[in-house]
Amino acid sequence: MGKTLFEKIWERHVITEREDGDVLLYIDRHMTHDMHFRLFGQLKEQGLSIRNPDQLYATPDHSMPTTARTLADIPPGEMYDAVSVLAQSADELGFHHYPMTDDRHGIVHVVGPEQGITLPGLTLVCGDSHTSTHGALGCLAFGIGSTEVMHVMATQTLWQRKPRAMRITVTGTLGHGVSGKDVILAVIRKISAAGGTGYAIEFAGSAIEAMSMEGRMTVCNMAIEAGARSGLIAPDDKTIDYCKGRPHAPTGAKWDAAVDYWKTLPSDPDAVFDKEVTLDGDAIAPMVTWGNSPQYSLAVDEAAPDPALESDPIVRAEMAAALDYMDMKPGMRLSELSVDTVFIGACTNSRIEDMRAAAAVAKGRHAKARTLVVPGSGLVKKQAEAEGLDKIFMEAGMEWREPGCSMCIAVNGDMLAPGERAASTSNRNFRGRQGPGSRTHLVSPAMAAAAAVTGRFTDVRDLMEPDLIEKE
Amino acid sequence: MEAFKTFASTAMPIDIPNCDTDQIIPARFLRRAKTDPDYHRYMFHDLRFDADGVEKDFVFNKPVYRKAEILVADINWGCGSSRENAVDAMTANGIKSVIAPSFGDIHYSNCIQNGVLPIQLSAEDCAALRAQLRESPGAEIAIDLDAQSLTGPDQATYDFDIKAFDKYRLLNGLDDVQLTREFDAKINAFESGYKADNSWAY
Repeated sequence: MGKTLFEKIWERHVITEREDGDVLLYIDRHMTHDMHFRLFGQLKEQGLSIRNPDQLYATPDHSMPTTARTLADIPPGEMYDAVSVLAQSADELGFHHYPMTDDRHGIVHVVGPEQGITLPGLTLVCGDSHTSTHGALGCLAFGIGSTEVMHVMATQTLWQRKPRAMRITVTGTLGHGVSGKDVILAVIRKISAAGGTGYAIEFAGSAIEAMSMEGRMTVCNMAIEAGARSGLIAPDDKTIDYCKGRPHAPTGAKWDAAVDYWKTLPSDPDAVFDKEVTLDGDAIAPMVTWGNSPQYSLAVDEAAPDPALESDPIVRAEMAAALDYMDMKPGMRLSELSVDTVFIGACTNSRIEDMRAAAAVAKGRHAKARTLVVPGSGLVKKQAEAEGLDKIFMEAGMEWREPGCSMCIAVNGDMLAPGERAASTSNRNFRGRQGPGSRTHLVSPAMAAAAAVTGRFTDVRDLMEPDLIEKE
Repeated sequence: MEAFKTFASTAMPIDIPNCDTDQIIPARFLRRAKTDPDYHRYMFHDLRFDADGVEKDFVFNKPVYRKAEILVADINWGCGSSRENAVDAMTANGIKSVIAPSFGDIHYSNCIQNGVLPIQLSAEDCAALRAQLRESPGAEIAIDLDAQSLTGPDQATYDFDIKAFDKYRLLNGLDDVQLTREFDAKINAFESGYKADNSWAY
């Protein structure tokens, strides 16, 4: 029987298997960020050291105000402590670290692929659930808790239970104005926020193959929002081109050996998945979430659902509570909702392609709502500025900020006021996620920009040149 | 880590499907030290307290549940963020076990790592247990991990599955890193072979 992409990588990393089937897995790359700053002290207390500092890569991302350029710009307190302890620990313990003043710093899930830390066929973990992002390169990547972070630091291994295999095939061709974000929101709506629990998901099909690396990263980023710790996409020529020349990617004969191996990774034609799901890519429209779980989304032209029509009493109650929290009514059109704030950024959508998609809509228009544009890394910021995107945003009355997680998790001072409604390119619309009482609607970068310039949820396709849509 | 023992306690019903770890502990508390004497207040903070710190009408605030060591939750408990602080907040409140129809994968591992027993029962059984707890606030559930069974307020017995090794670790209060140390020789041997075969990656 053939093997799946997941199995091929998994099996290559198994050190030993226990009687109950759990395996000790070798970890190639470990990434970390400022939120785990307290672990270095705990490591010391427990008499542990970092076994392979050369396989640990760190960058601050959660705790920097997006107006801060250096550590000195962060006011004294928790944020400062988190960023400075990470920097000191890197000096002391000798692991890789991209400090705030280094253009290579940014959101850990943007930095990994950008620096070639993330490569096909490797195992990569990070104490952050959105580590699934790195699977877009055909890398087996998943989020872990802080005890597991310390375990990897001390042993370069993890005990893991083999997940079941799910393949999600997105057929057809995506329409103009429809992006990876819309695809993954449609997927989660279909399989639910728990549909992928216990599975590793492989995304496949013509719509995924046609997608850019950035789009694929957006899709894999939100695999965890469907419950799956990892999402994977088979490496192809696009992946190989993307990796080539990255600072940590191999060169010369090693590059050739890597490419030869990567080409063996795609799932075999006779590989068997425990579950197969298919979506029609042609039918996916720009999506907007309405509730407090990423599974509650609508195509932009759909009306809000009526809980009274839901047969399961618990789901009915959850839907009613969500509508109440979001200050919405059954049957309401999304276009009736005005937005207070727009956030374009986060590990889901802060790469150069995301910046370009938002700028294309913002160009020549003016924001009617407060809009924060936060690039995913110093390098994305630099590239966007080289292309003049920063000027487009600023001319549209939007704020162009320093890289970081920003308003996705709201632990850096960027947040919504209670009751404020946001169009956000982040990945979680949980209650209070963007500040206590915040109301979050998840959208793509183009849809976020459309909400910014119209002041309400708008089908971005209506703002695009008609001949462009026809050409597609 | 403390060894998990058979016990009975008041159980608290949490009627929130897809209760994500942002609800269990809001992100703004994640940088706090576990030794913070207020840590217990961060659990369900925004569901329990209003902006002025006044208690809201939420199950966790009811005096009858002050000593509850068991939660009975709904589908997809602990989904979302990998924050282990969610479990820290639970243990700061003396929670030793969560019974739910399904768990976020990362949160499930985090529970095991901290000596908290995640028990998976069917959605129907969980709903029945929560209904009993709502009808008789303060009712107890008894948990016997060794026998892999629990006794509900209705005195019915519910059997549950758990991986043999998770059970062994919980019952003995074992720590992962110490256990893995026994495999040092195997790790070293694997690593040198693996790095030789995959020199492109190093």
